[in-house]
Amino acid sequence: MIDLLRWLWLAFLLSVPIWLGDQYYLHILITTGIFTIAAMSLNLLLGFTGQLSLGHVAFFGIGAYTSALLSLGFDLELAEGYTFVLAPKPVWFAFLCGVLVAGFFGWVIGKISFKVRGAYFVIVTISFAEVVRLVALNWVDLTEGPMALSNIPPFTLAVPGLWEQTLYRKAPNYYLMLAIAILSYLIVRRLVLSRTGRAMIALRENEPLATSVGIDVTRYLVLAAVVSAAMAGAAGGLYAHYVRIVDPDVFLFIYTVTMVIMVITGGKGTLAGPVVGGLFFGILPVLLRTIAEPEAQWIIYGVFMIVIVYFLPDGIVPAVRGWVESLQSGRPTPEPAALTGTAAAERKAD
Amino acid sequence: MSGNGAAPDTALSIEHITVHFGGLVAVSDMTFTVNEGEVVGLIGPNGAGKTTAFNVITGFLRPTRGEIRYRGRSLNGLRPHEVAEAGLVRTFQKTSVFATNTVFENILIGLHRRGRATAWQTLLGLPGVRAEEQRLRDEARALLDFVGIAQRAGELGGALPYGEQRLLEVAIALAARPSMLLLDEPVSGMNPSETSSFMRLLERIRARDVTVLLVEHDMRMVMGVSDRVVVLNQGKIIAEGPPADIQGNPEVIRAYLGAGVRDA
Amino acid sequence: MDQLLQHLLNALILGGTYALLGIGLTLIFGIMRVVNFTHGELYALGAYMVYFFAMVLGVNFFLALIVAVLIGIAVGGLIELVLLRGLRDASIDTTMLVMIGAWIIMQNSEQLAWSGVAKSIVPPFPQEPLVLGPVSVSWTRVFVFVVAALLIVGTHLLIQRTRLGKAMRATFQDRDTAALMGVNINAVYTATFALGSGLAAAAGALLGPVFVVTPTMGNLAALKAFAIVILGGLGNIKGATAGGFILAFAEEIGAGYVSSGYRDAMGFLLIIIVLLFRPTGLFARAERVG
Repeated sequence: MIDLLRWLWLAFLLSVPIWLGDQYYLHILITTGIFTIAAMSLNLLLGFTGQLSLGHVAFFGIGAYTSALLSLGFDLELAEGYTFVLAPKPVWFAFLCGVLVAGFFGWVIGKISFKVRGAYFVIVTISFAEVVRLVALNWVDLTEGPMALSNIPPFTLAVPGLWEQTLYRKAPNYYLMLAIAILSYLIVRRLVLSRTGRAMIALRENEPLATSVGIDVTRYLVLAAVVSAAMAGAAGGLYAHYVRIVDPDVFLFIYTVTMVIMVITGGKGTLAGPVVGGLFFGILPVLLRTIAEPEAQWIIYGVFMIVIVYFLPDGIVPAVRGWVESLQSGRPTPEPAALTGTAAAERKAD
Repeated sequence: MSGNGAAPDTALSIEHITVHFGGLVAVSDMTFTVNEGEVVGLIGPNGAGKTTAFNVITGFLRPTRGEIRYRGRSLNGLRPHEVAEAGLVRTFQKTSVFATNTVFENILIGLHRRGRATAWQTLLGLPGVRAEEQRLRDEARALLDFVGIAQRAGELGGALPYGEQRLLEVAIALAARPSMLLLDEPVSGMNPSETSSFMRLLERIRARDVTVLLVEHDMRMVMGVSDRVVVLNQGKIIAEGPPADIQGNPEVIRAYLGAGVRDA
Repeated sequence: MDQLLQHLLNALILGGTYALLGIGLTLIFGIMRVVNFTHGELYALGAYMVYFFAMVLGVNFFLALIVAVLIGIAVGGLIELVLLRGLRDASIDTTMLVMIGAWIIMQNSEQLAWSGVAKSIVPPFPQEPLVLGPVSVSWTRVFVFVVAALLIVGTHLLIQRTRLGKAMRATFQDRDTAALMGVNINAVYTATFALGSGLAAAAGALLGPVFVVTPTMGNLAALKAFAIVILGGLGNIKGATAGGFILAFAEEIGAGYVSSGYRDAMGFLLIIIVLLFRPTGLFARAERVG
């Protein structure tokens, strides 16, 4: 049953550009999808591993800037008379570099998270994102600062010798985004349902117990951070080559907040949570567009977030799941952890 | 492996362990050994330093002075997961399970050391990973039977009745395939029938060649399962020997009565 | 040398208001263990209230300052009562998220009410600066420093010498024991949040006339407040005071001798560096209230 639903959902997603003529709505779906990928990556770190990382947008932006800069090429005066020149690189290469560089910074944060815990870690991650934003804003020689990097080349997909297509139009970009989104989902899923995922969840649930049975805290914190950051970097790269303009505003804390809202309201530590949350908060602005100004929309999100945290603290997905299960069995069931809920369903589907 | 006939092999050796917390001396010049295959009971009034000793042995705390060796290898400075890698696994005084995971998953987590699949191998979907998962699941089922909570496999760890939660803790520790198990007050809060059950479980564990060091207040239980008993008071060892010797030891009795009556 | 003296003087004055910001947050963060994302918004609120009363309504400037602080105290108390009471024993992420929600609501409300255009507050002081040998300073800034210093001392006295302060210190040390001893924890929490918010509003009210008033001014202020708390140690007022000045000095020296664009980054770099070497804060061993 679950399997069938999944395939139907996939078919639906694949079909969208065929019947959705309005380019504006397609654009919204693409950006929503990109943010959902970022939300999925945050969920790995925040939801499954329990790390209060509120600087996630830094990885997104680092991926975007790295990919953009490498694909545009740049020159940088390093010292008196010596200028470092980098010729523009193919987009796929720049994109991969973006992912790697973001992953590297994830490694740094992972290492730090082991030493600095709890509320302090939250502050460090926020500060990190702010520093990166200020660097992007001020290092004008490299990043053009507030003038933004523009004319970023779009993706070019090629099968060497046979076929080549540059993704100017929206529909191909949508499919690219979808492909990467599905890949990200599968990566998170596979990781979470494995021995590695169990270790991460164990760390979140009861760290002393986890270490007493041989789970290396640092190793798994760093692993979660690296994968999470790399995935966010991929989302950033997608963003850079789709929107084709990147400015330091991409590092604003409000975007981290957006991702956090998506993860938390959808259901942190569940696989479907960030997708549900992502779609919700990606599409909601469109619906509210005509009746409320942006600020009023944000006020509504703020209220919504508070309400969800108060009444559905585990998020929408576990609440729905619990509700469905209690309908089926006729009595209320305890809200299971992600591992139980999704794993049980996943195992049946396997 | 326990030696037969000749002098037994030393498994764990604690030498001159001292632990200071600021001005407070929690443990002072503690020295004792545990031999392969033995069950050693560590007793003493509250605050005597027993859990501190556990924390030091298993890497949760650094001693101010002293050495800990297991099978000849120094454990000083090792982090808890490295101590587990060396074969020593502990349980905790306060009930410690993965409350929001099922009992079955609790064991799977405990079986972490028994798997080798890395993140890369998992992501690439290499064939060995699936086989390993299956093997781990089989081991988990076997462990649940061994400990006696198989019927609870699908329930949440935090939802179990108290006695079974404590069994789950031991099962998780056993999942890590220790060669030495450190049990911190395993039967505290259990009723007499649960305690007797546990004593039988301990015999089964011992039959698997696992060395055991346990901290307990339940005298009947400790004297019933231990080969030797070590008595701590105010951070110092005041007596050591077979249960029969300890029970009659005047210093031990004085230590307990002086600190308040415990169930003896 | 003169330049250096000027920077030091600026830092001294700025440090006073930073200290207010930091003390407010360290009390809230330390006693209630809440990652208070609304702190920056109270700072902005303080500035906007001065603007509203002094510039729009034409009320006396000094009166406007007082009103702004009182409003800050009231709003802080309200936030605690409405939002945080119900989350007394929730996990840190839950309260954090509620605070983020509150922050979003407050900042966007301010945006709606005042628009994004920067507002300026004209203080009733003479325009020519006070010249003291090689350095000069505006009268406004002198006033700011004096008031900030008074408030810092006042807060210190409140914590050390009053019954409320005693209750706060007890709650900080051990909430459950304090409750058993008869301390009304609910009242302490509300008072703490109100006091901390009032201090933030005061900082905003004082700096509003020095800089301009914008809806996003709270963001950087909040982050700096966190930097100060980390520098000084949770709950430690003396530490927060020192932290405020340290941050101000770092910013002034950094802006003066390295680059002014990175001025704001100084605080964050400090946080990251300090936490890397001392994961529990600079004065962490002195983690206490007072």
